[in-house]
Amino acid sequence: MALLQKGWLKYILMLLVFVVGQVLVMTGILNDYLFATLTTLCINIILAVSLNLITGFTGQFSLGHAGFMSIGAYVCALITMRISTIPGFLLGVFAGACAAALVGFIVGLPTLRLRGDYLAIATLGMAEIIRIVFLNLEITNGAAGLNGVPQFVTWPWLFLFTAGTIHLISNFIHSAHGRACITLREDEIAAESIGIDATRYKVTAFVMGAFFAGIAGSLYASYFYFLRPTLFGFSRSIDILVIVVLGGIGSLSGSVIAAILLALISTYLQSFPELRMVFYAVALVVIMILRPQGLMGSKELSFDLLRNLGRSRKRRSS
Amino acid sequence: MNKVLSVQKLSKSFGGLAAVTSVNLELFQGELVGLIGPNGAGKTTFFNLLTGIYMPEKGSIELHRGSEVFSLQKRKPHDICRLGVARTFQNIRLFRDLSVLDNVRTAMNKNLKYGLFPALFHTGTYQKEEEELVEKSMELLKIFDLESKASELAKNLPYGDQRHLEIARALATDPVLLLLDEPAAGMNPAETSQLTRTISWIRENFDLTILLIEHDMSLVMSICERMYVLDYGLMIAEGTPEMIKKDPRVIKAYLGEDLHA
Ligand SMILES: Nc1ncnc2c1ncn2[C@@H]1O[C@H](COP(=O)(O)OP(=O)(O)OP(=O)(O)O)[C@@H](O)[C@H]1O
Ligand SMILES: [Mg+2]
Repeated sequence: MALLQKGWLKYILMLLVFVVGQVLVMTGILNDYLFATLTTLCINIILAVSLNLITGFTGQFSLGHAGFMSIGAYVCALITMRISTIPGFLLGVFAGACAAALVGFIVGLPTLRLRGDYLAIATLGMAEIIRIVFLNLEITNGAAGLNGVPQFVTWPWLFLFTAGTIHLISNFIHSAHGRACITLREDEIAAESIGIDATRYKVTAFVMGAFFAGIAGSLYASYFYFLRPTLFGFSRSIDILVIVVLGGIGSLSGSVIAAILLALISTYLQSFPELRMVFYAVALVVIMILRPQGLMGSKELSFDLLRNLGRSRKRRSS
Repeated sequence: MNKVLSVQKLSKSFGGLAAVTSVNLELFQGELVGLIGPNGAGKTTFFNLLTGIYMPEKGSIELHRGSEVFSLQKRKPHDICRLGVARTFQNIRLFRDLSVLDNVRTAMNKNLKYGLFPALFHTGTYQKEEEELVEKSMELLKIFDLESKASELAKNLPYGDQRHLEIARALATDPVLLLLDEPAAGMNPAETSQLTRTISWIRENFDLTILLIEHDMSLVMSICERMYVLDYGLMIAEGTPEMIKKDPRVIKAYLGEDLHA
């Protein structure tokens, strides 16, 4: 019974977020500038949540997430520039995600044998190779990039893909397959000793992460008009990793909260362009000193957690 | 009696150090066999060879299941577990930051029937099998008096419970052969005697064969019907506890250690 209620609350909350967003858009309170910020935020949430699956839950340190994102972006753009309709857009998103997943599979099979730092360097190299491929391909128009990608992203699509990503990855984590991924982070030798095929689950997490990063890239392409290879460099991969670490390795709600927090900080700092990056960096350092395990640690935001927090407050005050 | 495991001429060295040299060993259905030897004799290395963590340099390992024979060398650890060999580790290797329940139910992964789609969409198949997983896990935990601690993190359990949980996790993989690496290490006498009872109980109630590495002589001598003795990587003796106690080579290997303790 309690479980059922909790499940319902989640859906009601999601519906609420959607309706509030829709009202803000329709009344014009969410102007173009704010909507662009919101789009960036949603894309960052998708990227962070999907990287968290690879790095936070499965324990595979990846520095190449921007590479998967760029594949989704380019593939989707190339499709929507030819089929400029809603079905074309959906096809583009799906194809972009699948292309990213396919590359994730091809790259993942050999590299996921590597551990820790070595894997990080291999994934970094992969993202660079992808970038250089886009830089040299004729169809992607090299360094000049693609201009005039049709814009399809509206609030309902944004919400659907963001909420859908969170929902599916959360479901996966709370399944036997997701738990198998988590045992790899905890102790790979012990995991293998109880029959968990480490390679298979690492590749699964990597491919799924790449798939959703591909969706994020597709949304990016379908909102921001133009694509250039430099948009998907090393620093973007780092930005995504920062959100994951800040929110808490292995906490989906942490990733969401951190993405929102960073969006707020960076929007607020917009008015001080010279000091923006300095403040941003200082804010990161301060948060990491105060909470080295990330904002949420490995916990999820849940009603139980809130209740327990309330209880311990009360106990302390009494 | 049916043969379960047969190891022949198994060898492994680390650089110049011969950790396991041409070892033979046979286990029969339902047996509880001890593997003893001084520190550094190669016992853990032998387990690591059986479970695929190390590749043997020479020799063969065969697992018999009914009329089928599987050769275990060159297989990966997860594959060997799937064939029915489960183990515990000398230095406990639990998933420390996962709950007691999660430690056990992740070990049932090899018999999982639902795939990726039910996992992503939490379909009816998913619900049903997840409930079964919890139910089966709780049953196992009950054997070790751990069911009331199911939601605690493994790292927060007392040491003795951690040892028990690791055995429960190994059993959750539904093995035909269970390898225990010094399960009583670090336990006090009361915990050790409880563990001894549990091991006997497991042997009687699960249909399996147990190979036990142990330093605690009283434990091995009291529950094993047969023993093997390793020394400097060589299998120097094999037989019943009475025979082993009197074996001059064993006494020499253990010189200074009290076999009758
Ligand atoms: N990975 C390794 N690399 C190098 N040497 C190793 C390795 N593993 C074990 N050894 C060496 O092999 C020998 C046998 O070690 P092993 O751990 O198998 O002994 P053991 O019988 O389990 O001892 P103990 O009773 O202390 O657990 C030791 O000399 C040990 O130092
Ligand atoms: Mg040992």
